[in-house]
Amino acid sequence: MGAEKEKLKFAFYWASSCGGCEVAVLDINEKILDVLEIADIVFWPVAMDVKYKDVEAMADKSIDVCFFNGGVRNSEQEHVAKLLRKKSKFLVAFGACAQLGGIPGLANVSNREEIFKRVYDEMPSTKNPEVVRPKTRTEVKEGELTLPEFYDTLKTLDQTVEVDYYLPGCPPPVKLIANAVEAIATGKLPPKGAILAPNRAVCDECPRTREEKKISEIKRIYELTPNTEECLLEQGIICMGPATRAGCEAQCIDANMPCTGCGGPPPNALEQGAAMMSALSSVLGLNEEKNSDYDAQKMINQIKDPLGTFYKYSLAHSIFRRKVMNK
Amino acid sequence: MKKFEPKIIGFLCNWCAYAGADLAGVSRFQYPPNVRIIRVMCTGRVDPAFIIEAFKEGADGVLVAGCHTPADCHYIAGNFKAERRVLLLRKVLKQFGIEPERLRLEWISAAEGDKFARVVTEMVDDLKKLGPNPLKT
Repeated sequence: MGAEKEKLKFAFYWASSCGGCEVAVLDINEKILDVLEIADIVFWPVAMDVKYKDVEAMADKSIDVCFFNGGVRNSEQEHVAKLLRKKSKFLVAFGACAQLGGIPGLANVSNREEIFKRVYDEMPSTKNPEVVRPKTRTEVKEGELTLPEFYDTLKTLDQTVEVDYYLPGCPPPVKLIANAVEAIATGKLPPKGAILAPNRAVCDECPRTREEKKISEIKRIYELTPNTEECLLEQGIICMGPATRAGCEAQCIDANMPCTGCGGPPPNALEQGAAMMSALSSVLGLNEEKNSDYDAQKMINQIKDPLGTFYKYSLAHSIFRRKVMNK
Repeated sequence: MKKFEPKIIGFLCNWCAYAGADLAGVSRFQYPPNVRIIRVMCTGRVDPAFIIEAFKEGADGVLVAGCHTPADCHYIAGNFKAERRVLLLRKVLKQFGIEPERLRLEWISAAEGDKFARVVTEMVDDLKKLGPNPLKT
């Protein structure tokens, strides 16, 4: 009997995100057994009791692959991101939050003071007459208690440490995860920095019929039940498909809901928000623009909350990264 | 303190506004030297990301200028698309905490050298009142 081939060492970490990515790992179902066949999981706080000091004790680069989900919102997450970077051969930004900031990244239209004020003072469900706020250090009679520092700005993983690969999606589609695991297991890895998803937009995977896109009226999804055959954009619903990287096989559109953009910017786009502004402006009002009563401002005013719509997942990853706040 | 001189990036289309700026020069119309011109083939080529990048890099104002609507665009309808992009981006800039007035759209024909000079003069005055790009402070 020859010595058993040494297993790969995997780590998972959950920073500023909802936890859906952790579940997505399990969505690969019985394939998880294949993963365990080739890999040992050495760190996975949501499922195993391993302490940070245990990770600190590991040799540098001793973890083969770390799947890191969530953005970096506080000092604890930053510490662990740096720690896992040091200990891992490959660090993968797993999911929209790690890659783009995700939904928590939308808080970059605000800052710590505003967020704390809202959460600890103003929330209708909050009763906090002494206006207690979390502090990084608190003296109690037993000694000093500490909490991580909450930052003003949420950062993506690659704004914090060097990242080797990106797995987009909210959460990443099972197929992409399985492909990534296989690529790692067989050593057939793409060049560093690659996004482990197809190099095309969601529209390229969308089965709906498309004519020449021309929209006159923008409708929000609660205003109508769209038909399941035609392109949602042509039906007046803002669908982020043209400005979003594929890989999801148009799952949301399959459920008759528009794409909201979790795959991040498509190949060659400088940022997702600008890509969508460009695409939507091209088709909105195309029929009306030669009319004498055409009003471009009126056309554009139909779009409510453009920042929240076009940068839903990618605000922290956009060129501006955050709102400019008065000091 | 040094007097604030706004920096403006001007995206001018090859067929109308750039020729208009050229005419302003040839005609020796006086206008402030605060604008840095980038010639593009059509305002429809101006990706909103270019404008965002200009602000990120510290421009105090951005001018997008092209052929008059409805019928002057060399590519038939590029100017209409540019107009909607600029209007939409102005809404987004506001949400990002950047004054939308910093982004201006003008139609300037090849015969309107005087208009180019006037637009730049006005824009410099407006930006001086508005102060530097908030991203820089």
